[in-house]
Formats: sequence, C-alpha cells, structure tokens
Amino acid sequence: MKMKVREVYEKIRRRKYLLLVFVAVACVSTLVVDISTGPAQLSVLKVFSTIFLPHKSDASTQVIIWVIRLPVSLMAIVVGASLSAAGAEMQTILDNPLASPYTLGIAAGAGFGAALALVLGVGLIPHAGTIFVPLNAFVFSFLTCILIFFLSKMKGFTMETMILTGIALLFLFNSLLALLQYLASEEELQAVMFWLFGSLMKTTWEKLGIAAFVLLVTVPILLKDAWKLTVLRLGDEKAKSLGINVERLRLKIFVLVSILAASAVCFVGTIGFIGLVGPHIARILVGEDQRFFLPMSALAGALLLSAASIGSKLIIPGAIFPIGIITSFIGVPFFLLLILFKRRNFW
Amino acid sequence: MKLKIENLSFSYNCIPVLDNVNLETSPASITALIGPNAAGKTTLLKCIAGILKPKGRVLLNGRAINNLKIEKISSYIGYLPQEGFSSAALRVFEAVLLGRVHSLSWRISDDNFALVSQVLEGLGIDDLASRYIGELSGGQQQMVSIAQALIRRPEVLLLDEPTNSLDLQHQLEVIDVIREVTRKRGITTLIAMHDLNLAARYADEFVVMNRGKVYISGTSESVMTSEMVRSVYGVNAAVYMDDEGVPQVTPKSSVRRKKGGDCYA
Repeated sequence: MKMKVREVYEKIRRRKYLLLVFVAVACVSTLVVDISTGPAQLSVLKVFSTIFLPHKSDASTQVIIWVIRLPVSLMAIVVGASLSAAGAEMQTILDNPLASPYTLGIAAGAGFGAALALVLGVGLIPHAGTIFVPLNAFVFSFLTCILIFFLSKMKGFTMETMILTGIALLFLFNSLLALLQYLASEEELQAVMFWLFGSLMKTTWEKLGIAAFVLLVTVPILLKDAWKLTVLRLGDEKAKSLGINVERLRLKIFVLVSILAASAVCFVGTIGFIGLVGPHIARILVGEDQRFFLPMSALAGALLLSAASIGSKLIIPGAIFPIGIITSFIGVPFFLLLILFKRRNFW
Repeated sequence: MKLKIENLSFSYNCIPVLDNVNLETSPASITALIGPNAAGKTTLLKCIAGILKPKGRVLLNGRAINNLKIEKISSYIGYLPQEGFSSAALRVFEAVLLGRVHSLSWRISDDNFALVSQVLEGLGIDDLASRYIGELSGGQQQMVSIAQALIRRPEVLLLDEPTNSLDLQHQLEVIDVIREVTRKRGITTLIAMHDLNLAARYADEFVVMNRGKVYISGTSESVMTSEMVRSVYGVNAAVYMDDEGVPQVTPKSSVRRKKGGDCYA
C-alpha cells in the first residue's frame, strides 16, 4: 500500500529530530569531557562540584574550572557552531560545496588584521584595550566581506563574482600577511604564528559572551528565511521563477553570515575546515530542508570543535596543542570516510 | 486568463534582444513559441514571468502585471526555466512543496500536504514522493518541475523547452500532461519549443520569433510553411499534412550550405 505524503513526511521529520537530539547529546557529552580534561588532573566529580558548588572548592580549582576550562570549552561549542552555520549558509547562497569562511578569505582577512596589530601595533579602532587584536581581526574580516559585497554588487551579486572576489582577497591577505611575517621580529612572528594556528586558550567570559550573542541573534534570523534558503538550492532561475528576490536574499544572508563568521574567527584565530565540513555532515544526515539543515550544521560544527578541543589536550599529556592543527587531524579522516562511504551525491 | 503582451522590448547590455513584441493568447489553450536559437524566446518568457524588467506591458485580463513584485507575479504565473534540478539533498515532495514557498511556515499545514498529494497523484508521480530529486531520470525531474509549477495553481504557465533532453516517450508524456492540465484548469500555456512537429501536434496557436521580433503568428496551417522554415530557420524543408491534418516538417538542407559543396558560405 502506498504511503501518503503526510505519512512519509512525518516519518522523515521524526528521524531528523532524533538525529538532531542525538548530535546535541553528543555535543553535551564532548563538552563534559572537554571540561573534565586538562593538564591539572581533576576528577570528574571535582570538576562538577566546582561548577555547581563553587564555594566548596579551593581557589585554584575554581580558577582552573571557572576562568580557564569552562569558557574555553563553551567557546569551542560556540565557535564550532558559528563557523559551521556560516559555512552552511555560504554554501547555500553561493551554491558551492567549497564555500566557507576560510575559502572566501574572511579568515585570511582576520589573520592579516591580527598580524597588523601584533607586528605593527596598528589598530583600526582606538582605545580597544585588551581586545585590541581580536577587534582588529574582526574589522579586517568584516572589511573582507564588505569588499566582496561591493565588488560583487557591480555584477549584480552573482555567485561567480562573489566566489572569485573572495578567493582573490584570500590571496591578497595571505600575501600581505606573509609580508608582515617577513618584517616581524622573532617574538612578533611567534605571536602571529600562534594566532594563525587558531587557539581557544585566550577565551574570556566577555569574548565568549560576544560570540554567543552574535550566534544566538543571527541563527534565528537565518531560520526565518529557512524556506527561501531551501528554494535557493534549486538554482537561481528556479528560485526566481518561484517568486524569490534572489539578489536581495543573497545579500541579506551574506551580511548576517559575515558578522557570524567574523565574530567567531576574531577571537580564536584561523580555524579552517569546520565551516566546510560541518555543513557537509549535516547535509548527509538531514538533507537540505533548512529548518533542519542549519541547526544540524551548527551542532555538527560544535561537536567537531569540541572533540578537537579534547584532542588538543590529549596529544601531549600536560600540554595543550593549538586547536587549529587538531581540527584538521580529527576532521579530515572523518570527512574522507563520509565521502567514501556516503550513499548519495548531493553536489 | 487572457495574456496580452504590448510593445515589449528588452536589451542585454544595450544589445536589443526583444524588439516591440506584441502577442495575445487565450485561456485553456497552448501557444507554441518557436524560432531558432537566440530568437528571444527565453528572454520573452523571463520578461512575462517578471524575472527580467522589460519596456512595454504584460497584461493579465487587461491588468498590467509587469510592475508588480516578483512574489506577486509568481502567484499568477508559473514559469519553468530550462535549468533542470540541481542535485540538492531534497526529496520529491519537499521540492514540490517549495512551489508554495510563500505560504509555508515552520509547521507545514494540512492544506499544503493535500495539495502536494493532489498534484503528485494528478501527474502520476506519487510513487516518487520520498525519492531524492538527484536520483530521478530527466523525464521524472521534468514532471517534478511541472508539479512544482502547478501546485501554485497558476493562471498562466510558461515552459521553456520542457522536452529538451527527454526521449521520445517522455516528450509525449510531458506534453500530454501539459495539454491535459491546460484544458482542465483553463490555464493559458505558452511553451518555447524547438521541435516543430511536436509543436504542430500539440499547440493551438503559434508565435514564430526571429531576431527578437514576432515573425508570424496564427494556427499551425497558416504558420507552418516551407517559406517560414526557410526564412526563419534558414532550412529548406518540405511541409505536408499528415493523416490527421497536422502539418509535418521534413528538413532537407541548410540554405547556408553551398549546393554540392562541403563548406559554408
């Protein structure tokens, strides 16, 4: 007997919700493990008693948990979710499986901005205080987006112009960054390299708050256009034929995604791969109905970066590896397995 | 609904593509838009669909619609572009549902589900509902595109070469479905086509375009002549009536080819 469309939909919807819950639970699990892992050998019980009953713990444990581990572990979740959600929407609006904050030069812009602050002490925003470097990184990554925006505007926001402009800017900022590295002293070069590796270790509650705020504001706005964004994956011509103002939608989403990506990259440095892989994992799991695809992309990114955060502490006991290096080590084999064994080709 | 085009002109980067096009079509009828490559057929369909903004007027039952927002125009006009489906990770019922994108909210209403079922059953593709669109054959994808256009219950259906890249059986099936829907729902259908014989068999009216202008329009008998085929397509052809009185075109040679030679003039 043939199933009715509603029954088919309900069955698929239930499966998608289950998958979302499963990945969310996995995220919480990695978060717990991440908080419990670190050079200071603290038991899980001690970690949790410090979180829930801080007055019963000693001062040093409180500092380790509340000042270092909690913000860093939560930042892994927030940045992973932000980069992956940004990558998902970039891939959607540019109809390109390679689009991500990294491939479009947004991360390279941030890297140059940070290096400018670290090497020459030049900041675009005066009196920035302790957030001098991340603010510069944010300004330059957002500047990259603005450049992509204005150069693409000349050609009517076509996907090709946006991608080519992004790639051109990626090379430009990489060259400028190389120039700064050439001019830098040994200490400055070390600081730049450390920033470029990507690290969560400089996270503070303020930085986490800003990144989380941007994520929590932009994702619901993106979800409001979920159906229109789903239509966009049918191609520009089809989307226009269904009454979508494609240029306006692409512009709106690009602005939101730029803010989301820039706010994540500026605090943690260049963490590639998450913005590329997270959406592909989500696509394989729940398809491209954006009501499920966007949350799943965010969760997949959060899970990957949280797992990478754990990995960064386990490679050398007592030391913490820069997370940008670990992300690819963990992500690449996983991603290759997905590509090799997935049943369907969606691109 | 009666579709009327008045003095429509359009240029791409100052190169005129449509030059003062006028035409009129009737409800419950199929009008074939024929002509060689670069005649302006696709541009004309895009102008009517509101995707391009031309000079001139597009009138539906006497009311100009070309200055309305594309969202509003799409509620009257269903347009099927040449572009096929991408390999997006969407199932057939999801793709069809997207035809009603402007009425979709977070929770999909029973009405929208009923419409998807109705249109899939009507086109005989309800068994494909849970398949991914990227897994379908070209003919099946074309049927899904038609379903996506029909679910909006358009008054006017614009189809840009819907039988391209389909085998003979699928060509006939797709055109049969379009004719049935046109008659049943009283839709005004305009189809850009390359196959003159298929057009002659299925269309009620013809508009022949050449170099951005309407060369001739009318019924198949008045339009399908060897002189038209020679002037518009640059092809020497024999035109004869088949057993059912439908004109059939048999191409003989290109007029650009020199007699007895193997190079082009």
